[in-house]
Amino acid sequence: MVDPGIVAAVAIVYLLILFALAYWVDRRGQGERAINSSIVYTFSLAIYCTSWTFYGSVGLASKGGIAFLPIYLGPTLAFALGWLLLRKILRVSKANRITSLASLIASRFGKSSSLGALVTVVALVGSVPYLALQLKAVSTSFTVLTEGASRAASLASGSIVGDAGLWAAMLLTLFAMLFGSRSIQPGEHHYGMVAAVAFESMVKLLCLTAVGLFVGFGLFHGFGDLFRRAAAAPGLADLFRFQGASAHLNWIGLTAVSLMASLCLPRQFQVMVVENVNERHLDRAIWLFPLYLLAINLFVLPIALAGRMLLPAGADPDSMVLSLPLASGAPLLALLVFIGGLSASAGMVIVETAALSTMVSNDLVMPALLRYRHRQLAARADLIPLLLTIRRLAMVGVMGLGYVYMRYVGEAYPLVSIGLVSFVAVAQFFPVILFGLFWRRATRIGALAGIALGFLTWAHTMFLPAIAGSGLLPMSYLTDGPFGIAWLRPHALFGLDSLDPVVHALFWTMLLNCGAIVGLSLFTRQSAVERAQAALFVDVFGGAEAAQLWRRTAPLPDLRTLVGRFLGQKQAEAAFLDRARRRGLDPGGIEADAEMVLYAERLLAGAIGSASARVLVSSVVTEEPLGVDEVMRILDETSRLIEVNRELEEKSRALELAGAELRQANERLQELDRLKDDFVSTVNHELRTPLTSIRSFSEILRDNPQLDAGRRDEFYAIIIREAERLTRLINQMLDLAQIQSGQIATVIGPADLIDVIDDAVAATSRILLDKGVTVTVRAPAAPVRPVALADRDLLMQVLLNLLSNAVKFCPAGHGQVSISAAAPEPGWVEFAVADNGPGIAPELRDVVFERFRQIGSSQTGKPSGSGLGLTICRIVVRRLGGTIWVEGPAQGGALIRVRLPAATPAEDGSRLERAPQPAFAAPVQMPK
Amino acid sequence: MAVSVLIVDDDPNILMALRFLMEKEGYRVSLATDGDAALEAVAAHRPDIVILDVMLPRRTGIEVCAAIRADPGAAGVRIVMLTAKGMDRERSRGLRAGADLYITKPFATRDVLAQIRALAGEPAAGGGAG
Repeated sequence: MVDPGIVAAVAIVYLLILFALAYWVDRRGQGERAINSSIVYTFSLAIYCTSWTFYGSVGLASKGGIAFLPIYLGPTLAFALGWLLLRKILRVSKANRITSLASLIASRFGKSSSLGALVTVVALVGSVPYLALQLKAVSTSFTVLTEGASRAASLASGSIVGDAGLWAAMLLTLFAMLFGSRSIQPGEHHYGMVAAVAFESMVKLLCLTAVGLFVGFGLFHGFGDLFRRAAAAPGLADLFRFQGASAHLNWIGLTAVSLMASLCLPRQFQVMVVENVNERHLDRAIWLFPLYLLAINLFVLPIALAGRMLLPAGADPDSMVLSLPLASGAPLLALLVFIGGLSASAGMVIVETAALSTMVSNDLVMPALLRYRHRQLAARADLIPLLLTIRRLAMVGVMGLGYVYMRYVGEAYPLVSIGLVSFVAVAQFFPVILFGLFWRRATRIGALAGIALGFLTWAHTMFLPAIAGSGLLPMSYLTDGPFGIAWLRPHALFGLDSLDPVVHALFWTMLLNCGAIVGLSLFTRQSAVERAQAALFVDVFGGAEAAQLWRRTAPLPDLRTLVGRFLGQKQAEAAFLDRARRRGLDPGGIEADAEMVLYAERLLAGAIGSASARVLVSSVVTEEPLGVDEVMRILDETSRLIEVNRELEEKSRALELAGAELRQANERLQELDRLKDDFVSTVNHELRTPLTSIRSFSEILRDNPQLDAGRRDEFYAIIIREAERLTRLINQMLDLAQIQSGQIATVIGPADLIDVIDDAVAATSRILLDKGVTVTVRAPAAPVRPVALADRDLLMQVLLNLLSNAVKFCPAGHGQVSISAAAPEPGWVEFAVADNGPGIAPELRDVVFERFRQIGSSQTGKPSGSGLGLTICRIVVRRLGGTIWVEGPAQGGALIRVRLPAATPAEDGSRLERAPQPAFAAPVQMPK
Repeated sequence: MAVSVLIVDDDPNILMALRFLMEKEGYRVSLATDGDAALEAVAAHRPDIVILDVMLPRRTGIEVCAAIRADPGAAGVRIVMLTAKGMDRERSRGLRAGADLYITKPFATRDVLAQIRALAGEPAAGGGAG
């Protein structure tokens, strides 16, 4: 026996040494370098071997022989054969700053916080028996060491104060806090803790080896002697054979469950993935770690055999490693063994609680706080203390549960049985990870259902039976099934009663778990984020850094502050500065691009988990995957483009229009130019013709002085007439120019139409007579006297022009011109001049009023006149406020009608003041 | 046999003046006031000389000139174009149409008489009455 004080002191000193080592590594500031070795990595992986291995394997081997081996064959296979899987988990986790198993699974399935929470709960519940196992081992070994093996059996009955398990729990929790939650590190690296864990792995291996050598060479004459004597002992030979009908199945099942557990245990994930500083360490670990497993198990059988032979039959098998040196009078070795066992337990507890507390804070509490207490959270500048508090509380809580489980449930079971309950629980994560990493279509719903179903089945077939076995639940739950439903009996679900309980549970949990994942994944759809993450995880070796399905930007200061609240401002600034420098960006930039946002999210994910990080980052980020804003912006750009395009089209249309107008204007100009040419040519002709007569007759008169008087007079008359004609033409052209420039003064007053018509007919009587044209004037019945309000002289000019025009087109000899006047409606008077000439074609009726337009063709012969007559008429009539148009009488010939404002009776006779000379002094005539 | 002259113009005064001049010269004169009448007269009388105004009703002088030139029976007819449009463009058009002379209005009566006299004195280009 050893004094409890000494044992306690040694235990505490040992733990302090471990802590000092960890502290020293952390303080050196180059913790990463200190543990940057595949040897250290391998030893840290050896945390797999807990007191279950240290004490429990010997216990199991003493009763079941080689049955303890599957627990180590599993991880050996996992490392030797599952290299690709391990590598992928490592790569994915590093790429996404995964800090826990829950983060990994949540991240893969669209950063789902519900999945993260579920994984955390399952891991928490599943780990409780395992923690209980460690506490039980520590308290049992302490009791055995201080009070002897006989007292150890009754440890649970002792008072709580005297319970070594409680003290162990408190001590280990304290150290776990010291190691695992001293500060928040980006990426959750705990270099000191890893160093301590690696150290304790060495210690436990050395201690067990020491016991093995002591047994082999101290208690026996070498291992040959030991095995010879064991072979001779009754019953011991059976330990080397499969026992029972289902032994093969058990062997396979246990190998499988430990294979899965070795990857899914929270602490294994922590040391293997989270604490890994260099992916290449795995290359050596895949054979170094199995080698360690072989080494630590090398002396299990010899020690077990020796225990069976040397210790009393009723001795606790799980304490044999301790009891043997104690019984053989080697208390110091026993103390060493105790230290080794403590090492194994402490390492496990420290890392397990660290891993669990990370999960609780990052995947359970923070998402909940973010969802329900976001405002209070936002008000706190520094969230590190809050995070640490959450983690420490989580550690205390987990250890408390472990202690309760140990005290009330674990009592009745051997270490290995307790451990296997945990193994099957965490094995539920394996299908999700496997499918998640290799099957792109696996969906969040499938993962949730798979884990949930597996967990429930586990609780039913393993956890609750264990509690029932301890008396907290009625045993009928186990023997008759819940509520007496026989086919739901936990160890014979659906009538399957031929399997060992562990294999039975494994079978059902895996069947339902995998079935749910595959089945539901096939029938559910992934969200955009899920799809992106799935691609990222499944194709992690494809080189796709990040499937940027979305564009996210954020103000860099906001992002830095956000990250700073969880990592500390200095660290955040340094991280961003470093990143900016590496990418060659301006560190003082204001806007963080999508890559920077992703970096920030991963930094945060390192501290608080991917689901929480995503929620937090979205709060400062302006855009999300295919968010409404983004879509609107793209739409906006498109519509702007459409608008610009439309404007362009409009402009080109306007341009076309302007072009057409220009073309028209140009055509008009050309037309006008042609008209001007024609006019000039016409005027030229009209001037030259009378000039020719004048000159010819003048010369004839000069050259023929002997001409008779009659002819001479005739020639003189022609000369004079032609001179007059010339004068008229020149006057008319000047008049037109004047009218056009608006320089004519008019005198408006009542003008009796019949009077004016009579005057005009009288003025042209000679031409009418010459051409043989008869004129009829038709006036309305007696009382009506159409009186226009007009300048009488201008009105006269119009009439003269129309009359001479009519005469011009009348057939020679029998021409008929008729002039009529009327008052067709109040306010207006009309007069019309008609002839019996060829008439004016309908299409030309507007054209005739245009300047220089002369209607001439093959039928009418050479156009006569200057082409100014009707043009002058229209200008004058418009000036008088009237209209002029051509009508087509039924019997052919042309009819030109003029409508003018009527004079009211009051204005009758009162002539307005007369101003300058009337413009048209001379009648317009074109005698020909 | 006296030289026969056809005078075509739509202005009665000019017609009168030219007739006076030609008759005084001793030519046999016939008259037409439009293009169609001119062609009829050419076909009927085969004048030695046609004095042709360009601006004519129904058919322009240019058309009449071209028609005369296209008629093999009227091969010996000399054509004198008269125009009130004294532009070069008109002159070249008239000459292209086959006119022998081109006289611009107003004209000096002496010049016209001298030119027509010269034309009448020349032998006919194509076997007409000289």
